[in-house]
Amino acid sequence: MNTKPISGPHIAAIRRVDQIMRQVILALVPATAFGVLLFGWPALYLLVVTVLSAMLFEAFCLKLKGVAATPSLRDGSAILTGLLVAMTLPPWAPWWIGVAGSAIAIVLGKQVYGGLGQNVFNPAMLARVALLISFPIEMTTWANVTPLFTGPGLIDSFALTFFGLDSTDAVTGATTLGLVKTGFSQNLTLPGILADYSSFLAMIGWERGSLGETSTLLVLGGGVWLLRKGVIQWHIPVSLLATVAVLSSLFHLWDGAHYLSPWVHLNSGALMLVAFFIATDYVTSPNTPLGQLIFGAGCGLLIFVIRSWGGYPEGTGFAVLLMNAVTPLIDHYIRPRIYGRYRNGKPLDISNP
Amino acid sequence: MLAFLENPRLRGGIHAEEHKQETCGQTIASDFPLPKKLYIPVQQHVGKPAEPVVKVGDKVLKGQLLAYSQGTISAPVHAPTSGKIIDVQDFPAPHPSALPVRTVIIETDGLEQWAPGNLPDDPFAMAPDQICTRVGEAGVVGLGGAVFPSAVKLSLGRKNQIHTLLINAGECEPYLTCDDRLMRERAGEIVSGIRLMLRGMEAPKAMVGIEDNKPEAYQVMLAACREFDNISVEQVPTRYPMGWDRQMLRYLTGQEIPADGRATDIGVVVHNVATAHAVYKAICLGQPLISRVVTVSGGAVGKPRNVEVPIGTLMSEVLAFCDLDKSKLARLIMGGPMMGDALPFAEVPVVKACNGILALSRDEIEEPEVQACIRCSSCVTACPVGLLPLEMASRIKANQLDSAVDLGLKDCISCGTCSYVCPSNIPLVHYFKFASGELVKRQQAEHKAEQTKRLMNDRNERMERIRLEAEAEAQRAAEARAARMAAQAAAQQQKVEESA
Repeated sequence: MNTKPISGPHIAAIRRVDQIMRQVILALVPATAFGVLLFGWPALYLLVVTVLSAMLFEAFCLKLKGVAATPSLRDGSAILTGLLVAMTLPPWAPWWIGVAGSAIAIVLGKQVYGGLGQNVFNPAMLARVALLISFPIEMTTWANVTPLFTGPGLIDSFALTFFGLDSTDAVTGATTLGLVKTGFSQNLTLPGILADYSSFLAMIGWERGSLGETSTLLVLGGGVWLLRKGVIQWHIPVSLLATVAVLSSLFHLWDGAHYLSPWVHLNSGALMLVAFFIATDYVTSPNTPLGQLIFGAGCGLLIFVIRSWGGYPEGTGFAVLLMNAVTPLIDHYIRPRIYGRYRNGKPLDISNP
Repeated sequence: MLAFLENPRLRGGIHAEEHKQETCGQTIASDFPLPKKLYIPVQQHVGKPAEPVVKVGDKVLKGQLLAYSQGTISAPVHAPTSGKIIDVQDFPAPHPSALPVRTVIIETDGLEQWAPGNLPDDPFAMAPDQICTRVGEAGVVGLGGAVFPSAVKLSLGRKNQIHTLLINAGECEPYLTCDDRLMRERAGEIVSGIRLMLRGMEAPKAMVGIEDNKPEAYQVMLAACREFDNISVEQVPTRYPMGWDRQMLRYLTGQEIPADGRATDIGVVVHNVATAHAVYKAICLGQPLISRVVTVSGGAVGKPRNVEVPIGTLMSEVLAFCDLDKSKLARLIMGGPMMGDALPFAEVPVVKACNGILALSRDEIEEPEVQACIRCSSCVTACPVGLLPLEMASRIKANQLDSAVDLGLKDCISCGTCSYVCPSNIPLVHYFKFASGELVKRQQAEHKAEQTKRLMNDRNERMERIRLEAEAEAQRAAEARAARMAAQAAAQQQKVEESA
């Protein structure tokens, strides 16, 4: 019998960090698998390279830090970060984009702050934004839908991922939001720009887009599963999606020719991924339910603003990073009311009825 | 404005694996053999320790006073059976430190001879202050674990215009079923105890709160209270820490006790259900608190059950009675698994506070390694008080105790829900207990420094006064000498003049 003095509680809930990470990864598998199916072997190569390099960078940093790498690698957070980075990349991006993304996410986004739980910004979104700014061509070259076994074979794909794309224009095009942005810059108006848009295909994800972000349905499904499992709380996704829906409805009603309908806004795997998997990141989101509602609403607002008036067609990454920066502030001001005290911390008045 | 975001009546909490099935189905075992020796610590309550009135070699009868209460907040202890006092010495206390405390040791004679008691003709006709006095004399303390002298609480209630007596029968800790069994088997006696308490406090009504995982106890209590309109029995959700009196009060009445106040401030007094039973025994049977029902359970116990044991029985004997498998024992706990204390060994006495003895096996206690905080805020959601455990722990880690106090460290009730839910297995409560200890230490050091400073100042003042006095004395002496000299000189001159 251990006689070391131990403080209670002497029992514990069963959920552990590695289980949480595993559940999140599991929730992302359908959308990722669909992405691979949709874009063929190059997508798989990119995915593997990104995840592996994320693990390598993690191990490298832990070694520099002088701690054993295995226990921390086993918690699955590096795999999850790598997976999220890969999911937001163009599926036919060259291998070094994936490696650079992992490096930014793990080294600059996480380990320089002190590792798991210490970072201010969401590592995956940091990587995405840094890559988008640094390598705009590679990051906006969207492959057409070329399902597995119909596109380039194993070896051609290998060449494509590791030695570069030859005839770019032949196999690529713009995403829906990109198309809209270009259309507006050419003074076109809305119903016309989206003549080819099929909301059904967008919902199942049969369209150009990031590796794991095309399917609204699959990402949403994973998110709802996480909610049901109690891994994430409803506050952030609901307030984020509601804010986007309300704002886009208002503007669409006001000027339908220049503002996308709420349906097009919401029917996007990228938005769902951010709402359920990125903005809900424990480390970089507020602690309290009310804080989370504010955080989600802020993300939604920024996403809508950037999509509607910003220079980039998609604004989820920027929106999340900006709100991440505000999280400590939200946590400072929004605190739960303590039992027997008013919100300002003063004890309740004594009243004997 | 933001009140709609919180359930106003119930916040935080957890539902752990109950483990009550093992013991709740069996009647309380009353065939526990009388031990050869009983070890009765004089401090089994909050407040000053009692002062022994017996000497080594004295013969004592069952229920006889062993040590009397000292001061306003204190409680006496009594002989659990008849026998001889063989020693009054320091003996390990049932505490994680097992530090020795003053203990009266009785060698039992097996005769169970009762000391003569005086029973009231009609207990329910007694004067309120008499009830309080008798409860105090019987050594009744809060049996939920807080062990606050009950008589003090009753008198406080009488002075403070109480509108409700809340009987806490939550028993929210996993494993423990002693209150459950007590209610199922002795509901009538408990209700008598509640009526006596009401009379003692001159309070109009009582409310019994029972967690809804004890439907049998609820039914029995409901039936027992049927003829008394002023006692209501309520079911509360099974959600640890429902037995935290303030949580139950908030759930049942919607009222909160101010952070710096007591329940009496809002017209409520909370007593444990087992305390009500002890009050019944003290008044109606004239028996002081000399035994209690203890839940003996855990994976290392062969025959888990509730046992009524005399106060002062060694836990090792109670465990042996329930077939403890020592090879399986991984951790010994007094109380429940959430807030109970881990004991280093079982050779310590059962005291009034001991509602459970748990011998947990290896697979019941989990000791995975501590990982980094991922700020999942499960602890924030689970905290029944509304604190930010993760923030407090990080401040304490950085030794910023003041900042932790600002976050509400002093409002923490150490219930352990945060540690329970933490996926990184961070011992949050441990941090908070440590910090609270540090704060006390710091306060004491400050007090000491202040005392030293005061003494130093006093000394300086005194020395200065002495110096001034000495100076004044010297000056006076010098003046006197000068005057004398002058007088002498004058006298001489006069002499000279006379002789001239």
